[in-house]
Amino acid sequence: MKSRYDIIVIGAGPAGMTAASLAAEHGASVALLDEQSGLGGQIYRSVTCQGASDPSILGAEYYQGKTLADRLVKSTADHVKGASVWQISEDREVGVTVDGAACLVSADHVIIATGAQERPFPVQGWTLPGVMNAGAAQILLKSSGVVLPDPVFVGTGPLLYLIAHQFLRAGVRIAAVLDTTPRENLRNALWALPQAYRNANQLWKGWGWLRDLRKSGTPFVRGVADIKIASKDSAAQIEYKHEGVWKSLSAQTVLLHQGVVPNINLGMATGCAHDWNDTQLCWHAQLDAWGQSSIDGVSIAGDGASIMGAQGAEAAGALAALGALHRIGKIDQHTRDDTGHPLHARLRSQAPFRRFLDMLYRPALQFRVPREDTTIVCRCEEVTAAHVRDAVHLGCQGPNQLKSFTRAGMGPCQGRMCGLTVSAMIADQLGRPVQDIGAARLRAPVKPLELGQLAALSEPD
Amino acid sequence: MSRIARNEGAELFFYFGGERVKAYEGDSIAAALLAAGHTIFRRTPVSGTTRGPLCMMGVCFDCLVQIDGIGNQQACMHEVRDGMVVELQDGAFDVVTQVPAEGML
Repeated sequence: MKSRYDIIVIGAGPAGMTAASLAAEHGASVALLDEQSGLGGQIYRSVTCQGASDPSILGAEYYQGKTLADRLVKSTADHVKGASVWQISEDREVGVTVDGAACLVSADHVIIATGAQERPFPVQGWTLPGVMNAGAAQILLKSSGVVLPDPVFVGTGPLLYLIAHQFLRAGVRIAAVLDTTPRENLRNALWALPQAYRNANQLWKGWGWLRDLRKSGTPFVRGVADIKIASKDSAAQIEYKHEGVWKSLSAQTVLLHQGVVPNINLGMATGCAHDWNDTQLCWHAQLDAWGQSSIDGVSIAGDGASIMGAQGAEAAGALAALGALHRIGKIDQHTRDDTGHPLHARLRSQAPFRRFLDMLYRPALQFRVPREDTTIVCRCEEVTAAHVRDAVHLGCQGPNQLKSFTRAGMGPCQGRMCGLTVSAMIADQLGRPVQDIGAARLRAPVKPLELGQLAALSEPD
Repeated sequence: MSRIARNEGAELFFYFGGERVKAYEGDSIAAALLAAGHTIFRRTPVSGTTRGPLCMMGVCFDCLVQIDGIGNQQACMHEVRDGMVVELQDGAFDVVTQVPAEGML
């Protein structure tokens, strides 16, 4: 790693790999910083060192990530592994820790491609060991070939069905799928279906997963309206409300999922403006047509800006690179616009299908605003729904004030697991839009940084 | 837990709470522990309840363990090494115990 680059890209998923490759191919000096030891991000996690014996388990789409990784490796971009970025300063100095040593690397342009995380799913018992995110189970499968035993899948969204289907293909017996998709979603999504039909192959693939799950005899319960998880005899006891009646089942592993949301901590801490998006129910970065944020020289690409999926992220990564190359004078406007035109068209063509998915798998209010008083909202500080409601009742107006009232959002995860819940709960209780309530102010360092590392801060050789 | 495949790394062993645990080079500590059937990684500083990994991608901070005497490390973000000594993170980490004996401070 050098002490300065033309362009620094943070995150080696589809957006980041594409942005870094394209920028390097146009003659820019590029560093691609990523926390993992391999390329791919989460969606293509471990794709370059995949040891899974049977490629049909993860499916052909996963292996497409190999093409992006190969392109990056062939380019002149420096892929810095195990790089944890904790700050981007006003003059684009990137604070990063590699192999336990912290340093500052400067760039003329920074592209944030930090991807998505799973939406918090605050229900009774979601903090118990053995209760994990479904995406976590998929990461274990991709990175180590480990399958979690006797899983029950709970929630909604295409990724939930894909992971259940991957488990099925891996020969795992699934205890049950408890589908929390609200019944009215289908009606609301229907108007978007004709437009989405352009992506008919995607629709058929998803339908195939559901068909296979049903054919396998896996218990599949639709319209689950409430969930409580308890620990009993070293297994999880799951109570679920179905058609007004509480039922229960037990399983070794509970895998939760209700969609993914942008990983906003780095962008927000850098000061990039965000707006609430009420379709995707998360914060979106304010961007121009070339992915540049409200801060000159800082772009955000891919699912880290808004949820668009891997294909969209590739296009967004390329557009951000083109914008950056033009801004720092590596390409002229003509080249930028000509190269960008088909990419913009591709993004536009994918939008209707995304809208359909957003409507169909919109998580229910009760799983974003927990009703039970004892449900933990902030996992780090163990702040319950009752604590949050009491604080709002006492006059707390927003997430920043709520920190002083309850410590919610002040633990090591820095609000990643409670931020959306906190904003949604306050908005719901005060009867105001989430946009007005806002998000808790995020600050650097956004990743753990030891005082000793900070004290020994250096410029790279 | 079971492995349907293994990554290409060499077999190695590390310790968790004194127990010898098999893993493969390239595994995260969290993956290796889950594969060995461990789901409890820490006790919380607030109430002392048990927790294990939620996200496996570095965002939830619920998989905190002690690695070779250093506390509050994310088990999902560190690759396992042969002979590594991993302990459950019991409540808040006591910084005093982290001062190296040689006295670099």
